[in-house]
Amino acid sequence: MASETAQGSFWMPPEASTFAGDVDALFDFIYWLNVFFFVAITGAVVYFAIKYRRKSDDQLATSQVGHNTLIEAAWTFIPLLIVIAIFVWGFRVFLNQSVAPDGAYEVKVTAKAYLWQYTYPNGAVTGELFVPEDTPVKLVMSSEDLLHSFFVPDFRVKSDVVPGRYTTVWFEAPDPGEHVVFCTEYCGAGHSGMMSKVIVLPKDEFQERLEKDFIDGDIPPAEMGAKLYTSAGCSACHSINGTRLVGPSWKGLFGTERKFADGSTAKVDENYLRESILQPMNKVVEGYPPSMPSYQGQLKDVQIDALIAYIKTLK
Amino acid sequence: MATTETLDHAQEVSYLGAKKGIMSWLVTIDHKRIGVMYLASVLATFTLGGILALLVRAELWAPNITTEAGEAVGALFSADVYNRLFTLHGLVMVFLFIIPSVPAAFGNFVLPLMIGAKDVAFPRLNLASYYVYVIGTVMALYATIAGGVDTGWTFYTPYSASVSGPVVMMVMAAFVLGFSSIFTGLNFIVTIHKMRAPGMTWQRLPLFLWAIYATSIIQVMATPVLGITLCLLAMERAMGVGIFDPALGGDPVLFQHFFWFYSHPAVYIMILPGMGIMSELVTVHARKTIFGYRAIALSSIAIAVISFLVWGHHMFVSGQSVYAGMIFSFLTFLVAIPSAIKVLNWVATLYGGSIQLNAPMLWAMSFLILFTIGGLTGIFLGTLATDVHLHDTYFVVAHFHYVMVGGTVVAFFGALHHWWPKMFGRMYNEFWANISAVLFFIGFNVTFFPQFIMGSQGMPRRYYNYVEEFEVFHKISTSGTWLIGLSFIIMAVYLIQSLRKGEKVSANPWGARSLEWATQSPPIEHNFHEIPTVTEGPYDFPKAGGKKAH
Ligand code: HEC
Ligand code: HEM
Ligand SMILES: [Cu+2]
Ligand SMILES: [Cu+2]
Repeated sequence: MASETAQGSFWMPPEASTFAGDVDALFDFIYWLNVFFFVAITGAVVYFAIKYRRKSDDQLATSQVGHNTLIEAAWTFIPLLIVIAIFVWGFRVFLNQSVAPDGAYEVKVTAKAYLWQYTYPNGAVTGELFVPEDTPVKLVMSSEDLLHSFFVPDFRVKSDVVPGRYTTVWFEAPDPGEHVVFCTEYCGAGHSGMMSKVIVLPKDEFQERLEKDFIDGDIPPAEMGAKLYTSAGCSACHSINGTRLVGPSWKGLFGTERKFADGSTAKVDENYLRESILQPMNKVVEGYPPSMPSYQGQLKDVQIDALIAYIKTLK
Repeated sequence: MATTETLDHAQEVSYLGAKKGIMSWLVTIDHKRIGVMYLASVLATFTLGGILALLVRAELWAPNITTEAGEAVGALFSADVYNRLFTLHGLVMVFLFIIPSVPAAFGNFVLPLMIGAKDVAFPRLNLASYYVYVIGTVMALYATIAGGVDTGWTFYTPYSASVSGPVVMMVMAAFVLGFSSIFTGLNFIVTIHKMRAPGMTWQRLPLFLWAIYATSIIQVMATPVLGITLCLLAMERAMGVGIFDPALGGDPVLFQHFFWFYSHPAVYIMILPGMGIMSELVTVHARKTIFGYRAIALSSIAIAVISFLVWGHHMFVSGQSVYAGMIFSFLTFLVAIPSAIKVLNWVATLYGGSIQLNAPMLWAMSFLILFTIGGLTGIFLGTLATDVHLHDTYFVVAHFHYVMVGGTVVAFFGALHHWWPKMFGRMYNEFWANISAVLFFIGFNVTFFPQFIMGSQGMPRRYYNYVEEFEVFHKISTSGTWLIGLSFIIMAVYLIQSLRKGEKVSANPWGARSLEWATQSPPIEHNFHEIPTVTEGPYDFPKAGGKKAH
């Protein structure tokens, strides 16, 4: 079994993430259901075509039955029940695919025509994605230009990568190995060449290489964010030690639940932070004046990323 | 139906000979002539789209690689040309061929005949719709000659908003074509409501017309959304209004919502007419009353309504919320049920019939098999967990070709062989017609079945080049297209032959029961000498031993 899934099957590529097996089990179920209905329907068509073939020009039909309530009810409700079951099953696996476990190792993915770039918590930047084995990894992705889509067939993982917002995927790879990354959202002439690799390494090897090989001199995002906090003027209105200035303090901000002036609430995540910086008037924190300026067009994406990384460190 | 044989004796001047000269065609307001003009036009656009498909597949015959000697091999076209080819193929097939195909060609020709009317409700609007279609087509061809567009037929932003090329012209072409489709839809709705012959109750309406009716409703309600979307896109490109482009403060995903809000219902604009045809083919060529008339009629309407609520299933991995995905997935499964019911009804109709294995029936049986594969594989795509893996791979390409080609296009050619004797009064060579149908069936499966496998193995769609492990699938797929091409060459030959010296046919060569067969073949200009009175359903075939269906 292990070797079979490691090589993939007739239909599916190798199963190289923890939930790939769950996806494939559902795939197989639908597949056999398909085979069953296909054989039944095609079989009936071929059988009738032979059995009731017109043998003489004036041959009439031997039956003129126009309906049968029992049969019709059966073939309405049985398929309905089947598809509802598939729907529920599909949704449950999808939830698991969509929601990263807490504390997942986070890597920032930047897509641009036509390359992928991976930024690690310590500031290292690579063109191939290195991840530790047996560790949940969460990718926070955004695009610098067009739509792209991050697809790793071996992981059964895919998500569009959109300019101006973050999307995420997560996976946990149980074994070391290499897996191809495709772009699956059409992005022009270089679309089919926009490939990359995920390289899963044993944990200690990963740590070692992350520290030695990948640092390319750029300062880590959180550090850049700390600088921007003062240089871009946020410090005038936001403290980092919990004291209230014009705006709310950033201390312990990330991950909390926010209540807004209009009564709605939201969880503070990357998208919320980005929106707060670019369109602060969309969600005004309850109890604060709507006086936060928009930084649309003033801060570059990397700078916003850096600020967000910095805010996350303020526990 | 009492009038079946009465008109057979004396052939009168048909609509084809009633007026002479090219002008008598160009300014005609006869629904039959307009139908024939549409038929000729969509056959031409289908040929164009088909040639483009052959070129796309030819490029994919082998991966492009650089040999050790530094030589680049495997490429027929550049990436830019390839991207234009598949975009144009999609645009031509969707907007110029499949959307007008069945309603505007066969709907126009047979709808008034089937309800016993002299024409459609608004004959001049009908002609206008044809010319609007021609204008839209010319605009699309102009955009192609002026450099072509490489956005994919879906025009997703921000790519379509930023790439150079005549995108605005192409978008406006689709906008104009939309009006043609709205005109036709409006005309049919009014005609079916107002112009049915005495005795033609809704329960006696042929199922083809129920399908055309449901289609028309979607056309009238959904097409304006496409128009608005395309206009917004044109405004953004031409005037820099920030709607979809994040660089201008817009939202790129908004475009996808707008686009699919039209284009999912449009999928049913494409398939419902094909389904309508099926109900005619399986009854007439099996001399059998339809099984589940009500279920089929009502499921068309159910599909028309629910189809407006499932657009988000194209966006499961676009970053939309998990809960939106959940709702769209659920509704998608609901809309699958009416389609499944129809297939089962058609199969059940064959039971106990007197099945003639002629060309219309062979196309109908191909539909049952191919559309079933298309529909069943749709379950993988409606299911959230599996769609994440399969979305935007060749699995989807295979799926929608099984539905649109294996469904609608196959039904279209079934209809062509079914109504051909009525339209032109002549028979085609039945032997070669059967060969062509079987060859198509084989070629189609050879082309598209391997695409399911390579898709689920991870081959993304819209790829100019691919990794070598997919080569064998691509080779098989490309060879299949040559069989398909051959089957259409054969068809073109025997159909042209038939027009010139095919055997003349009687009013009702198939022994059908619906009204279009009650008048001579080809019909007289005014369809009927006097408006017929309907006393029976369209599928009331006699039963061996004498008794009729209730
Ligand atoms: C002129 C004062 C002012 C400046 C300067 C300012 N902000 Fe704000 N900010 C506010 C106020 C007031 C609020 C609360 C009202 C709201 O949500 O819009 C706020 C809210 C926020 C929030 C949402 C926080 C929460 O608790 O939900 C974020 C994130 C934020 N600002 C980031 C920034 C960043 C990054 C900068 C610097 C680039 C910045 N702000 C500069 C006044 C300011
Ligand atoms: C019968 C022969 C046909 C063949 C061999 C064929 C082949 C192809 C191929 C190879 C692609 C490119 C797939 C990709 O790279 O994503 C494609 C795309 C497409 N085809 Fe066809 N096709 C055929 C008929 C049709 C018909 C009749 C329709 C009618 C609706 C159609 C609609 C489309 C659409 C909408 C696309 C997507 C274009 C895009 O990605 O923008 N095809 N086809
Ligand atoms: Cu891409
Ligand atoms: Cu859809």
